[in-house]
Amino acid sequence: MSLIESRLTLTITYIVLGVLTFITLFPIALLILNSVKSAPEIVQNPLAMPESLRWDNFTRAWDDARFPTTLMNSAKLTALTILLVCTTGSLTAYVLARKKVASWKIVTFYLLATTTAPIQLFLFPLYFGFARLGLINNIFAVALVYTAIWSPFAVMLLRTYFLAIPRELEEAALVDGATPWQVFAKVMLPMASPGILTVALIIGLYSWNEFLIATTFLQQQDQMTAVVSFFLLSGQYSSDWGEIMAAALIIVLPVVVLFVALQRRFIEGMAGGSVKG
Amino acid sequence: MHRLFLLPTLLINVVVILIPACLTIALAFFNWDGMSTPHFIGFGNFVMLWNDRIFWRALENNIIWTGIFLTIPIAMGLLAATMLLVARRGGTFFQVIYFLPVVIATVITARIWQGMIYSPVTGVFGYLQNLGLPLVNPLSKPSMALYGVATVDLWHWWGFLCVIFFAALRQVPQEQIEAARIEGATFWQMMRYVLLPGIRPTIILMMIMTVIWSFLVFDFVYILTQGGPAFSSEVLSTLAYRKAFYDLNVGQAAAASIIISLFGLVATYFYIRVQSKEGEQ
Repeated sequence: MSLIESRLTLTITYIVLGVLTFITLFPIALLILNSVKSAPEIVQNPLAMPESLRWDNFTRAWDDARFPTTLMNSAKLTALTILLVCTTGSLTAYVLARKKVASWKIVTFYLLATTTAPIQLFLFPLYFGFARLGLINNIFAVALVYTAIWSPFAVMLLRTYFLAIPRELEEAALVDGATPWQVFAKVMLPMASPGILTVALIIGLYSWNEFLIATTFLQQQDQMTAVVSFFLLSGQYSSDWGEIMAAALIIVLPVVVLFVALQRRFIEGMAGGSVKG
Repeated sequence: MHRLFLLPTLLINVVVILIPACLTIALAFFNWDGMSTPHFIGFGNFVMLWNDRIFWRALENNIIWTGIFLTIPIAMGLLAATMLLVARRGGTFFQVIYFLPVVIATVITARIWQGMIYSPVTGVFGYLQNLGLPLVNPLSKPSMALYGVATVDLWHWWGFLCVIFFAALRQVPQEQIEAARIEGATFWQMMRYVLLPGIRPTIILMMIMTVIWSFLVFDFVYILTQGGPAFSSEVLSTLAYRKAFYDLNVGQAAAASIIISLFGLVATYFYIRVQSKEGEQ
């Protein structure tokens, strides 16, 4: 790719990209820096280097945000959501990609429409309905809500992977006498596995980070997710910001490590799902 | 047989989204506190919203929000994406950095900005105040609260657009770029006549999505200001949430939700038209 070669253009380009990098990294640097500082040090100067590394911020955050329970809840919720979205989504995506049913157009249209439905349009009856059924503070129920919200996105993304699989493979299996289920499970699913992995990563990211539904439906201490627990911890007035930043780092770190390691998949998946359809 | 394959997705979707959505539409015409028997009051909830100053403030804020997000992050994303194209090297590196805020939970992003940047006690703003700079915490000033929140969302959001635009720009035919270059096009001419027209469909799609998302904005407002101070940063989604769960006025919350949805619906119409056109290719 050769666009414009002048030295001046290149210099300006790198300056702009550098400024944007600084803007992006500055708050993240504050997060890391202050997670190992004491509260008085932060009040004195949030930009200064720590005088000594206060690792006890992390142990206090671990206890105060009840991370042994809440991280576990987040992990459960994330795993359940991934499982539900990937299984139900890949079935639907396969049928829609291969136009196996006459109503494929209507179903696609309906799913596209629900991706843009505001959460508030269904949140209130859903909440009071779940309350009546005793499904508040139930992680499985929240996983079902997440599945409903994100599976249209997953279906649209997975559909493109199924579309890329040669038809001959499917036809050969049918000629050999495979049932529709066998065709799907033994032939198509393994071929689409890179797509399923991408969907799993993105849905995992979404459910790990989700706030509105989690804070509404999981209020009981022992069912709360890590993000909600962090929200409550950091909302108290007598806040120790060193501890809060340490708690934040505990939640963010696994996500960022995974993202940097698998950035191609994340970016292609998130961009592909929302751009290409 | 294949119809059965669709069943799980559709069943979950109908139970969680479609049925409650229909109930919301019905509830908008009832007076209901979430527990007792609902009373039919016709358009009463809409009339009450119409006469509610906070509702108009929230609607205005949503429109301002849409205006901000239709311009600034899209311009930033386009500029950075084009520059990544020019820079040739380091594309992946910059992309990963710009995308980082997208993968950080909204609650955490909100708290970093609140405590480490805006706060007059523990934040950079407070530190600079002590050095004599006339900075105030925007979240505590009615005239600035909305913009303070929008800045945080902007920081969180623009990288996503940059990455999407960069992906689209790389699809622009190489010959067109070469031809323009040989004819001596400057950077701005290249952008105006070759690159931007080349990724027009992506820009339009992102603008449609921006309109939809702008009327859904909730997390950052709810976490940073709860719509305050004095409802100055209230948006429709926080208004609906407050009405339902704090005032236990579910009917009015439903009515507000329907108004949010109407704005989304117009954008959704265009979204589906664009998407299904692409899907048929």
